[in-house]
Amino acid sequence: MQKRVVITGLGVVAPNGVGLNAFTHAIKNGISGIKKDPELERLQFSCQISGKPEVSTELALQYFTELELRNFNSTGILYGVIAGIDAWKDAGLAMEINEDPDWDSGTIFGTGTSGIDKFRESIYKIDDFQTRRLGSTAVAQTMNSGVSAYLGGKLGLGNQVTTNSSACTTGTESILMAYERIQSGQAKRILAGSTSDSGPYIWGGFDAMRVCTFKHNDSPAQGSRPMSVSASGFVPGSGAGAVVLEDLETALARGAKIYAEVLGGNVNSGGQRGLGTMTAPNPVAVQKCIKNAIENAGIHANEIDAINGHLTATSKDSLEIQNWSEALGRKGIDFPYINSLKSMVGHCLSGAGSIESVASILQLHKGFVFPNINCEDLHPEITTLIDDSRIPRKVIETKLNIIAKASFGFGDVNGCVIFKKFKS
Amino acid sequence: MNKEQTIEELKSIVKPYIANQEAFDTLTEETDFINDLKINSANLVDVILDIEEKYNIVIDNESMERMINVKAAMEIIDAKLSEKE
Repeated sequence: MQKRVVITGLGVVAPNGVGLNAFTHAIKNGISGIKKDPELERLQFSCQISGKPEVSTELALQYFTELELRNFNSTGILYGVIAGIDAWKDAGLAMEINEDPDWDSGTIFGTGTSGIDKFRESIYKIDDFQTRRLGSTAVAQTMNSGVSAYLGGKLGLGNQVTTNSSACTTGTESILMAYERIQSGQAKRILAGSTSDSGPYIWGGFDAMRVCTFKHNDSPAQGSRPMSVSASGFVPGSGAGAVVLEDLETALARGAKIYAEVLGGNVNSGGQRGLGTMTAPNPVAVQKCIKNAIENAGIHANEIDAINGHLTATSKDSLEIQNWSEALGRKGIDFPYINSLKSMVGHCLSGAGSIESVASILQLHKGFVFPNINCEDLHPEITTLIDDSRIPRKVIETKLNIIAKASFGFGDVNGCVIFKKFKS
Repeated sequence: MNKEQTIEELKSIVKPYIANQEAFDTLTEETDFINDLKINSANLVDVILDIEEKYNIVIDNESMERMINVKAAMEIIDAKLSEKE
């Protein structure tokens, strides 16, 4: 029999809040984490604003030893480990060091790159004939699975320990991979999450593609404008989110707090066929992904109370709304609430799906829909499809039962997960 | 080169990497880096880089292989320093 899967722990390191309390406060109140970025300005980027989590050395030392932080230069691993350990502790799980690994627990913690600053540092040394001076952690910090490897060691995980990677879909995909592993009985508990490095070496390629906004260098908090007619590109961001997924019986047996149930979901690809390309989504695949997720979750499209979209603040936002509307067969006033966390944190790339999933689960658990900021001027293509009351500009306190969360990424890849408020 | 002084300098270099405080507190020339101090073998290259920096010397791969305890480390440091003179 297939196991039911629930969420028992959350952790987040976001540009507008590090830790659950700060993050919950920020998203309820529409607080932006986007700031002027002096490094991007110095390097003459078109876009000179960004969303970066603030992590002090003092905070880092609560998660890493002094030795681990020596020559440490990987923001993605830093964010991922903090979010991951926070989620683990939030789930009421122990951090004690036992002789044997915890065979029933694993982690699927995704990222797009790892330790890009460490990688740059290493390349400079190698080209300067200093390979022997790289130190012992250059590999651990720059291998893509670095974040899951660090977490696996800190938590003594003995089940699957791996890193998935599917561009901006990564975090949504990691939740679904964890869900499947627990559902099939291969693990009792998986720490699912994703992270993204900060800085110019991650964001430069996007700046070169001219997909980031260059119109808000002097008004950073207004820069990220999903669904707005004046949206002019995304704001680069970074950070990590983490959720503990657990077999329902195990969670109940240990009396764990249950945030939500994962009902199911779907991942697919548009194959870069039809309208799909490396960078543009194939709408047929997007709609199929949403429809299959609903079917997999065993619900009806009318049961969805709210959507947490991908909605990056590029010209594709209207197309995304159209895809949702057609896939759900719902429009106008009948459309679910929809919001985009990117209005407050920018596009956290490989970290986005996880940070946004944490926000979605908090909405279900606490009963609210967080506001979209910077879209006073909704795009008319969007308001012809759905009623503007469905796009909250102020927080709405209301009981929610089912939320759909989707992410879409380069490579024409899609992921959609369905969360439901838990009822025993 | 003053032996006691070198031992003290070596102690401060290896201190961040050790996992056995007792062996560290009673460190002698015979103390083995991995078996006694329980330094992670991957971290030995960091210890060697720190020694190079401290004494401004270069420790070649062959010397590195021999550098398993305090005594060997002191001999190698001594030899490299005298090569410089």
